[in-house]
Amino acid sequence: MIFFLCLLLQDPQDPIQQGKKLFQGQCAVCHGIDGHGSTGPSLIRAKLPRAADEAALLRVIAEGIPNTNMPGSWQMSEREVKWTAAYVRSIGRVAEEKLPGDAAAGAEVYRKSACASCHIVNGTGQGYGPELTGIGLKRSAKHLRQSIVEPNADVPGESMTVVAITIQGQTFVGIRANEDSFSIQIRDMAGRVHSFQKAALKTLDKQKGSVMPPFDKLPPTDLENVVAYLATLRGDQ
Amino acid sequence: MRMLIFFAMMTLAAQVPYDRIRVNGEGNWLTYSGNYQGHRFSTLDQINKANVAGLKPLWIYQPANAGRFETSPIVADGVMYVTEPPTIVTALDPRTGRQVWRWERNLPADLQTIGFGRVNRGVAILDDSLYVGTLDGFIVALDRRSGAMRWQTKVADYKTGHCITSAPLAIKGLVITGVSGGEAGVRGFLAAYDAKTGKEVWRHWTIPEKGEPGVETWGGESYKTGAGTTWVTGSYDPETNTVYWGTGNPGPDWNGDVRPGDNLYTNSLLALDAATGKRKWYFQFTPHDTHDWDAVHVPMIFDAVVKGKPRKVIAVANRNAFYYVLDRVTGEFLNGVPYAKQTWAKGLDDKGRPEVIEGKEPTESGNLVWPSLQGATNWFSPSYSPLTRYVYVAVREMGAHYFKGEAIFKPGTFFAGGGERALPPDENFGAIRALDAATGAMKWEFKLHQPPWAGVMATAGGLVFGGSQEGNFYALDASDGKPLWQFQMGGQIAANPVSFLVDGKQRIAMPSRGVLVVFGLN
Repeated sequence: MIFFLCLLLQDPQDPIQQGKKLFQGQCAVCHGIDGHGSTGPSLIRAKLPRAADEAALLRVIAEGIPNTNMPGSWQMSEREVKWTAAYVRSIGRVAEEKLPGDAAAGAEVYRKSACASCHIVNGTGQGYGPELTGIGLKRSAKHLRQSIVEPNADVPGESMTVVAITIQGQTFVGIRANEDSFSIQIRDMAGRVHSFQKAALKTLDKQKGSVMPPFDKLPPTDLENVVAYLATLRGDQ
Repeated sequence: MRMLIFFAMMTLAAQVPYDRIRVNGEGNWLTYSGNYQGHRFSTLDQINKANVAGLKPLWIYQPANAGRFETSPIVADGVMYVTEPPTIVTALDPRTGRQVWRWERNLPADLQTIGFGRVNRGVAILDDSLYVGTLDGFIVALDRRSGAMRWQTKVADYKTGHCITSAPLAIKGLVITGVSGGEAGVRGFLAAYDAKTGKEVWRHWTIPEKGEPGVETWGGESYKTGAGTTWVTGSYDPETNTVYWGTGNPGPDWNGDVRPGDNLYTNSLLALDAATGKRKWYFQFTPHDTHDWDAVHVPMIFDAVVKGKPRKVIAVANRNAFYYVLDRVTGEFLNGVPYAKQTWAKGLDDKGRPEVIEGKEPTESGNLVWPSLQGATNWFSPSYSPLTRYVYVAVREMGAHYFKGEAIFKPGTFFAGGGERALPPDENFGAIRALDAATGAMKWEFKLHQPPWAGVMATAGGLVFGGSQEGNFYALDASDGKPLWQFQMGGQIAANPVSFLVDGKQRIAMPSRGVLVVFGLN
């Protein structure tokens, strides 16, 4: 009898799993089944703009956001709100992992490999490739490792390379900064922004691959060290 | 005597009686779709193919609150009436955009909108009143000269998940409103109110009760949470006094296991006698829907030669990716073809019933199907041009992984039973497509970068106006789809354009996020 009572009183083993179930029932309609967004925004992000800390996240789930489409959830108990919050945090933020590499040595590998010629960390470097200041919050070690060795494996939309050739025959290569149905904005290697009306382009080639060279010749220790270094970059985005 | 005639004319001019709305003239925009037939077509032609390149913004109005600005303005005798989120009605001077009056609904603090935005899509006008549905489930009459409330009637209880976001439809002596709440397992209905007093005249339930025909299409007691809401303004045929209105998804949305059967009268078009609310016929587009493909889009009424015979028809570009042409007198299926990518049906049989491909239902691990749950189109309006005899549709080319989950019914909470994971943005796109109105054959398409949330308006100037997800407001050549003009509005466009005259000059109005912009040539 006492055993069963204990079962009833204790928190479940995994609040994230409980939260996932609640999320799929109550949140998925707008935020997508796994939080990738649908009519509501994606929650797969390290920092939620409306929920800077834990208390704010609990309040947003419980009470909603006034004057927006985000309703509250009066039907959930306090414990259910906490479970849901735990799940939402788990999908947006990579948990800290114990990694085999040495982060300090990895910073040196990062320097020697000239990563800063394309990436920015804490304001240092060139911004052609993705900003890496908070990359450790957003990407798992596995994903980081893969992106270094095989950059084409998963290219995020914000890193799309485009080649635009104007009707006059001039060629522009860069990262797509933005695009609408009539125009496109491209940032070139030097950081200059070029804007084109699509009707004024002869061709517009959106490349699937990444311009980053594969670092598949890095010695395994260097690779693990640089992954460990990137994983420590958990600064604000 | 002359003085008397003058005063009589003044009184008439100040009024917007049913007969003026029916005729739809004088450069006004007097009902949600511009005419009762649901055309969203402007008979004005001052702005046309030859001069649209010179179209310019004349004024900008900013609503009081952030949020999606989905209003379709009404313009009558020199005043524009818009609704703002969450439930605000504002009268504007269409020359300058300056406010004439404002009415704001005091919404209860515990109001929830379950599965949709805190939006409002517009007012209806009749005689000297405006009518607006409120998020807390009331229909309200306002004096159109002052904005003062004349009456309010409770349509449904917001605590059960019912809300009103759509513009009412005002016809002779009646104001008709639909309701939202399809993700909360409510029982959908359409209701008509006496325009003078607010007294309910009829209520047509879209889901049958025990003992009523159609209830046998719901396994067990699943009809009790059947949904079938009516959240977009329908059309009206004055010749036969018939209201045509679409119904939404069955509840729960993505888990069909708990409601075996066709689930009448969800995802259907209803033809109702406007005097009594009695059903004349129905046509169900997606029996036993498990993809949330509400059939609430604006139906378009016109006459066409179909298969060699002149017919009185009603046409719908459905969220399920098929375009349908029905006989509007009998509901008989005449034509139906896909107008967007779809992977769930082999086609339609000779009665218009989909020949469903097996294995396309949502699953626990996700099942990729086109179109996505937002559909091949959605609530935003299509347009019919009597000049080109084309139907113009804003199309969403997007697939999604559909997931099935558990659905537990608690009144006033989500009763959805799953969800979707949409494909990455660069795998999706949008388009404006021109369809032959009688056959659905595609005549041209204009591609959009992303699937749109804005409707279209064709004009007698040979143009089609539309809006993009990225904020472009644009004009296309109605005959071939060539882009002739565009303006970046600075935010997502999730609304429908309208057109009207100010001091004898044609104007076009389009809302975007946080702004309403009125355009003209001079």
